[in-house]
Amino acid sequence: MTALGKLWRTTAFRVTLINLGVFVLFAIMAFGYFGWNARRIINNEIASTIDAEIKGLSEQYEQGGIRRLASAVEQRASQPGASLYLVTDFTGRRVAGNISALAPGVLDRPGSYETNYQATDEADRPRGRALVRVFVLQSGFRVVVGRDILERERLGAAARRTFAWTVMMIVVLGGLAGLLITKRVLRRVDAMTDATERIMAGNIGQRLPGSGSGDEFDRLATHLNTMLDRIGELMTGLQHVSDNIAHDLKTPLTRLRNRAEGALRLASSPDDYRRALEGCIEESDNLIRVFNALLTIARLESGQSQGGMTEFDAAGVIRDVGELYDPIAEEAGAKLAIHAPDNLPLRGSRELVGQALANLIDNAIKYGAPDSAKGAGEIAVSARRAAGGVEFIVADRGPGVPESERERVVKRFERLESARTRSGFGLGLSLASAVAKLHHGSLVLEDNQPGLRVRLTIPDAPAT
Amino acid sequence: MLPAMKILVIEDDRSAVDYLAKAFREAGHTVDCATDGLEGYGLAQESSYDVLVVDRMLPKMDGLSLIRSLREQGVATPALILSALGQVDDRVKGLRAGGDDYLPKPYAFSELLARVEALGRRKGAASKGEATTLAVGDLVLDRLARRVTRGGQEIVMQPREFRLLEFLMQHAGQVVTRTMLLEGVWDYHFDPQTNVIDVHVSRLRAKIDRGSDKPLLHTVRGAGYMVRDSAR
Repeated sequence: MTALGKLWRTTAFRVTLINLGVFVLFAIMAFGYFGWNARRIINNEIASTIDAEIKGLSEQYEQGGIRRLASAVEQRASQPGASLYLVTDFTGRRVAGNISALAPGVLDRPGSYETNYQATDEADRPRGRALVRVFVLQSGFRVVVGRDILERERLGAAARRTFAWTVMMIVVLGGLAGLLITKRVLRRVDAMTDATERIMAGNIGQRLPGSGSGDEFDRLATHLNTMLDRIGELMTGLQHVSDNIAHDLKTPLTRLRNRAEGALRLASSPDDYRRALEGCIEESDNLIRVFNALLTIARLESGQSQGGMTEFDAAGVIRDVGELYDPIAEEAGAKLAIHAPDNLPLRGSRELVGQALANLIDNAIKYGAPDSAKGAGEIAVSARRAAGGVEFIVADRGPGVPESERERVVKRFERLESARTRSGFGLGLSLASAVAKLHHGSLVLEDNQPGLRVRLTIPDAPAT
Repeated sequence: MLPAMKILVIEDDRSAVDYLAKAFREAGHTVDCATDGLEGYGLAQESSYDVLVVDRMLPKMDGLSLIRSLREQGVATPALILSALGQVDDRVKGLRAGGDDYLPKPYAFSELLARVEALGRRKGAASKGEATTLAVGDLVLDRLARRVTRGGQEIVMQPREFRLLEFLMQHAGQVVTRTMLLEGVWDYHFDPQTNVIDVHVSRLRAKIDRGSDKPLLHTVRGAGYMVRDSAR
């Protein structure tokens, strides 16, 4: 793009041009009105002067006829001034007055004219212009009374000159100012464009420059910079999550590979191969489950899953999930005791809250059920209304989690040493915690004396 | 056992298409394939299929638009959406676009097959789903009276057991996976991680098959469960 083209495409320059146009138009209107008005006033004045002259001359004519009129005219014409007089006989020959010639045809009809004339004593000068009134007397004599309009023309010329100057100044000064503003704007925009180009080129840390003046460009730059910061945070978060997932999946993948490799090395019959293949499928199914769980956690933690927030009955959910796990608890020698009011409305994701509760109850059954027959381990599951939401508590009578380990076990794949031998991936608490986080709630591990008490608080999601 | 179905697989990953086509054929079905949205749309419009298996992200026309357009054209073929997006809202979007089922990737083929067969059957027997009594062998489930009898003997059931059996009997002769049960009976879509469903099913089995030499509720290894009259 040429420099001129670039200039033309800026808003500032176009606004300048439009402003200039408007000012010029305004000047034309102002001067036009002034000129028209001044001309009208002067014309009126001339007309009234002529009227007064005519009045005086007609008095002379009435008193002394044409002779007296001629001498009065002669006398008046000899005085200096802008007044013009002419008396001719019926042939058009001049009898008295200071006009030697008029534009042809003016003398033929009575009336008012603006016309060219030639004065008697200024025969060598070019013709002037005058407003004249022509009368025809009964005897065929013609009387012309008029006034030179040189003054008016001068005034008009002066006005036109002023107008031309004004317009010129508007165009020159306005144009210059516009150009300066445009250049300034362009400079700022170019600086921003350069910065964004550097950012797009991969220099993510780059930020848009500000001039420090706090003008609109600075405000824009500040906002865009805040946005870039936020994008940067999200990118870092995403990077973090994908790094973790990559790391987390290596363990089960290695296990799968070892299994296949072991089969290749050791299997000797089709049956061995079949068993090994079935083992591999089972392992990869586990891998898929881990992967899905990780993906869910990652998406919950990034706050992407905002949809699906509905009004549902939290008590119904806790009863449903409890009922789902009841047979398992029974088989493990534990008893699920569910305490919830009849109806407990909550705004949130029914699916996710259900899943979080399922994980907590599953954990309580797995780790909270007594190994030895020290009486039936009771798992107390309850839900109640708490400040702005619902508080779920899942409490068992198992060995519990030492205080120093409580923060760690919530993290992905982290499990207590004593739990390593049991089935599971160590993702249940992470997922429940991610669900709490998505709802801006909390997941707290407490001592149940003895046992573990997990307190999951889910505040109502804002209505959309 | 099951009538063969005509399945259209629309998926842009070549190796996945080949694998799915081969696996569906082994299961006794006829398969057509398309590798982009427009081709799939054309095929689905031209000939009649029993089930469409549609990948969500496709070149030229994405899976959701494809299904939406088909529905606007009045094509009601059941469609199962395959997607790498497995969140609740993605599922809702998929079903809203006119999909009938949604399976997040990665998936086990046994799961896909069970769901596709369930969809195909649903098309064939839409009215049967509303029948007031379901019967498999000498097991009869009365949906109105909420009563279950086996060989004329009444079996007492908990409400949830009743719904579990109802779901299995609606899909009699078909494989029903654990996730399908969790969805159909409990209305949750998450992965329960443990064998919760197995425990419920084995309790149900204890009730209906106890003392019978002809078990009706079968476990299908690596896939799920099936209610089937083994005498036939």
